[in-house]
Amino acid sequence: MYASILDNIPRLPVSQWMTNFINWLTQNLSWLFGSIREGGSWIMDGLSDFLAIIPPVLFIIILVALAFYASGKKWGLPTFSLVGLLYIYNQGLWEPLMYTLSLVIVASLLSIIIGVPLGIWMAKSKFANIVLSPALDFMQTMPAFVYLIPAVAFFGIGMVPGVLSAVIFALPPTVRFTNLGIRQVPEEMVEASESFGSTSSQKLFKVELPLAKSTIMAGINQTVLLALSMVVIASMIGAPGLGENVISALQRAAIGPGFVSGFALVILAIILDRILQGFNKN
Amino acid sequence: MTTKVEVQNLVKVFGKKERQAMELVRKGHSKNDILEKTGATVGVNQASFKVNQGEIFVIMGLSGSGKSTLVRLLNRLIEPTEGHILIDGEDISDMDKEALRRVRREKISMVFQNFGLFPHRTILENTEYGLEVQGVAKEERQKKAEIALENAGLLPYKDQYPNQLSGGMQQRVGLARALANDPEILLMDESFSALDPLIRRDMQDELLQMQETMNKTIIFITHDLNESLRIGDRIAIMKDGEVVQIGTGEDILTNPANEYVERFVEDVDRSKVLTAENIMMRPQFLREGKSGPRVALQRMRAEGLSSMLVINDQQILKGYVTDKEILEAVQNGKTDFEGILHTDIPKVSKGTLVNELYDVIQDSQTPVAVVDKNDKLEGIIIRSLIIGALAKDREEESIDVR
Repeated sequence: MYASILDNIPRLPVSQWMTNFINWLTQNLSWLFGSIREGGSWIMDGLSDFLAIIPPVLFIIILVALAFYASGKKWGLPTFSLVGLLYIYNQGLWEPLMYTLSLVIVASLLSIIIGVPLGIWMAKSKFANIVLSPALDFMQTMPAFVYLIPAVAFFGIGMVPGVLSAVIFALPPTVRFTNLGIRQVPEEMVEASESFGSTSSQKLFKVELPLAKSTIMAGINQTVLLALSMVVIASMIGAPGLGENVISALQRAAIGPGFVSGFALVILAIILDRILQGFNKN
Repeated sequence: MTTKVEVQNLVKVFGKKERQAMELVRKGHSKNDILEKTGATVGVNQASFKVNQGEIFVIMGLSGSGKSTLVRLLNRLIEPTEGHILIDGEDISDMDKEALRRVRREKISMVFQNFGLFPHRTILENTEYGLEVQGVAKEERQKKAEIALENAGLLPYKDQYPNQLSGGMQQRVGLARALANDPEILLMDESFSALDPLIRRDMQDELLQMQETMNKTIIFITHDLNESLRIGDRIAIMKDGEVVQIGTGEDILTNPANEYVERFVEDVDRSKVLTAENIMMRPQFLREGKSGPRVALQRMRAEGLSSMLVINDQQILKGYVTDKEILEAVQNGKTDFEGILHTDIPKVSKGTLVNELYDVIQDSQTPVAVVDKNDKLEGIIIRSLIIGALAKDREEESIDVR
């Protein structure tokens, strides 16, 4: 190592700052995080319990019917769904599948509930665009593992920190596509709407959102898939589900079990993706 | 005549150095000059005019002349930089949002160049949009929208979507939508420019016909001189954001205010060689086998015609009948046109030049039929149309010579 003039600058304690910041948040907002964890667990447990009491046969029938309808009454996707779900059941992964599914559903719903309004705000306000754009870049490029650390600090381990880190990771596409979709509405449509004396909300709900719908749906599709991938990573902090099996296989270098669960995740991803795309097209 | 819309010194500057540009505008600098000095674009430069109640006021100019900006300033789709817009004496330019919304809902409607129909709504839902945003109850607004569509002859299409209709029909919907909430002022931004020429003429005719009964105040934007002359009571010509001349079509053709207007007028006319297609009318005809002498008599009376064309089911021209002989046929109790159908009708094609038509019609007692190569009837030309067109031609020649 050679000495450089740059060495004269003392190392900035960025790591210390972040630690202090997170600690400060943990101590001062513990009441908030506590209640989020309580409420979150209640919802998560409720949903996964509900999914678990649906008999697997009925569940498979429902999903295959959904696939049939979404793919425009063709047989490819329903057949794939049937075989895929039977495989998952056959490998004894039904319970983890239900956990993963409930994590994905809750994380996606939260992302949509937060993301669509943010996207609308971005499309309408220059200020929001300037503030949110770099924030979204940050959320997407920061390695997903890094979110897990403060998530554990705030919420302990389990489903709730898993869902929340998945939301942070999966939120950006919905925000971006909503923003894009609304900006892409042809100028003449906006003018026509305004020329009849629409209020801003009439313009938004009667013209802009309907015309931006398919773009927004494409963003939501992305969000669901990202949520799924993050849910697997979140197993590292104790989120139950298929990811748990993958992580434990990784720790034991167990090749077979790793792939068995990996296939299950791929099957779930394909089914979710195609069904969402199908509904968007119809 | 009462003034409906009054525009006073209206200016729109686009760009960052608005104030600097405004100063130059006041000093009377030109658009190019201001662009060079400040980088700001002057869209509309101190426009002033008055539009009377019940008038069709045409604003004409080439692209980039600021006419589309001007019309959007009138309902503040674009915010004016300076100046006033008075509607019934009320100043639109300094209204708050709520008051402006009320004016847009009750007084002004707009028809767009590319129709501006919402693709996700049916024709009926499009038509009721203006009433819907006003909060009119569903049943009532549907009824009003259906009346507007009925008037445009589009009621059968009410449950279709805009992309299922042809351009001409879409613009009829655009017009019906604008009329559904019964506005006092209609802004039409190049509304017929996207349509092909024959349909454009039909739409112009329909607009004029409707205007006879509606008596709205219409501000119509176009780049087409012939369209302006056809529908405009008065015409304002714009160049570089300025209104360079206002007057009737006659005024503008005979006394162009400056070289620009003169060139405009000349260019447009020279490029236009009139053919039968340009001047032909929609024919009144009888269908062989479906209508007999009684129907013929009734229709000729109602429409004041002395003769009518007869076609068959395939639109093929068979000949014409005259009122005298029809009357006799009715008195003799005949039920078809046998024996009174004349076949000596002059026929021309759509491409026939007006000058040639003159020779054809001079020797003829009947109108001239415009047919395609299979004798399918496409239009009709009567003497006065040719004389009108030729007279205009002569007039222009004399302008050229001068």
